Amino acid sequence: MTDNILLKNNIAGLEAYFACGGYKPLKKALGMKPAEIIEEVKKSNLRGRGGAGFPTGLKWSLVPPDALGQRYLVCNADEGEPGTFKDRELILKNPHALIEGMTIAACAIGAAHGYIYIRGEFAAETEFLNKAITEARAKGFIGKNILGSGFNFELFTHRGAGAYICGEETALLESLEGFKGQPRLKPPYPALKGLFSSPTVINNVETLAAVPSIIERGGEWYAALGTGKSGGTKLFCVSGPVNKPGVYELPLGTAFKDLLEVNCGGMKPGKVLKAVIPGGSSTPVLTAREASAVKLDYESLAAAGSMLGSGGVIIIDDTQCMVRLLQVLARFYHHESCGQCTPCREGCGWLEKILNRLEEGTASHRDIDLLYSVAEGMTGRTICALADAMALPVMSFVTKFRGEFEAHAAGRVCGK
Amino acid sequence: MPFKLSDEFKETAGHICARYPRRDAALIPLLHELQKEKGYVAEEAMDELAKFLELPYTRVKAVTTFYTMFNRAPAGKYHIQVCRNISCHMAGAPDLLGHLRTRLSIEEGETTSDGIYTLSSAECLGACGTAPVIQVNEEYFESMTLEKLDALLEDLKRGRLRAGAL
Repeated sequence: MTDNILLKNNIAGLEAYFACGGYKPLKKALGMKPAEIIEEVKKSNLRGRGGAGFPTGLKWSLVPPDALGQRYLVCNADEGEPGTFKDRELILKNPHALIEGMTIAACAIGAAHGYIYIRGEFAAETEFLNKAITEARAKGFIGKNILGSGFNFELFTHRGAGAYICGEETALLESLEGFKGQPRLKPPYPALKGLFSSPTVINNVETLAAVPSIIERGGEWYAALGTGKSGGTKLFCVSGPVNKPGVYELPLGTAFKDLLEVNCGGMKPGKVLKAVIPGGSSTPVLTAREASAVKLDYESLAAAGSMLGSGGVIIIDDTQCMVRLLQVLARFYHHESCGQCTPCREGCGWLEKILNRLEEGTASHRDIDLLYSVAEGMTGRTICALADAMALPVMSFVTKFRGEFEAHAAGRVCGK
Repeated sequence: MPFKLSDEFKETAGHICARYPRRDAALIPLLHELQKEKGYVAEEAMDELAKFLELPYTRVKAVTTFYTMFNRAPAGKYHIQVCRNISCHMAGAPDLLGHLRTRLSIEEGETTSDGIYTLSSAECLGACGTAPVIQVNEEYFESMTLEKLDALLEDLKRGRLRAGAL
């Protein structure tokens, strides 16, 4: 068993964090050149844990080292992908790993200011983080001339106000600047022109919290914990009818079967696995048979036709109606579409209407093909990935559970 | 109704604005502050905030209406929100919502005539491992059942809003 790197129990306080070697990596990083820090992170094969999986070291290296003026580091803590609840747990159990990771990242990209953009509903979590930041500032880990190195870094939390789209990194920047959270057209990418038009790196909570261990023990050590191009450990959040739902930190490449049977104690009595959404609600669904054979890492899930995403593993049992669940998702994406791009704004609403007809028993068989073709028509045609996040579940649900959609179209509605 | 930003508000606002290179970046945090004081963000408050930040009123209105957390009318003393996304749905959120509709005799989006309760459904609250989840004002109540919901309502009736899982 690999020891937990991110989730260690009872290290919320600064003293306990020190006892685990906390803030030693920061001292080490302050003695390194920025390019050396980035190189170490590149070697670790750390990839973005928010969902997109972009290589972290590469992302940092895209900030031009010679750019004049301000640069910013932003932590994306706008956790809102249905099925995902790892960042909240990480913030509450190990806030200093995030703060230390941010200070090291800021050092690597030359940022003097950082913001943690946290979802508006996490009011208590924001207060908790503010306390941890105050503790860190009192010890000289944040602020001016950090540990006598001459490096300055100020860090603030910034609460959102209820908009799923702000988890998309450029919508997040718009929101952080005090605008509606509508994604920006790229390029320019945030590394060149991000927050307040300055070079900016945006990383997920879990990504940044992994950085101190990488600096402490080396990129190669971290990479070896995982498999192939998927370095390190990942937080998997399991919800649904299992005996022990919750957040589990496991090496990438762990078999789904082990997560379900060993960590989660299997399905609840009387419940039979029907399907799994492996990486948050935006990722294509897997049948029970597909899931049983899959390993949980970026490459294996892509090969299985889905995605690792955020690590939000949603377990679905055979008493659930797939049409009804898809309707729940369509209602969500329709509500959360920012309205900027026509295929998304109109498409999400259209899909929800078709699903409403299927649920009410007023749909025809042609509606099933219509559902698929509307979804297909939405993919790759919008500024951000929200349209695809709606379309991919629709296409996978319809393809893999067509029988249930056929039954609804024939008027056999589940009534649940 | 005339609306004036309080001195306390202006002092807090000054500290918040100082965190950003541009004052208008503080717009969302300041809307949170306004809502904390009054329970909602009134039209007149948007107008005053726009003047304070030297922004057009339309910008403040656009932002206030874009984000779901800002109430534009007074909400009840207790704003009960039931998460209805996929994990909570599977764990029984529709039953919780139905139970609340019956117990409070209101529909989603409505407030009881005594001004005590507002009922809403919410999208994923980010606590799926302890589904189903209910939020009352800023507190989370997790792994809810109909029995626990009745106990919560009993607490609220006595004016007690106890912290959830945190």
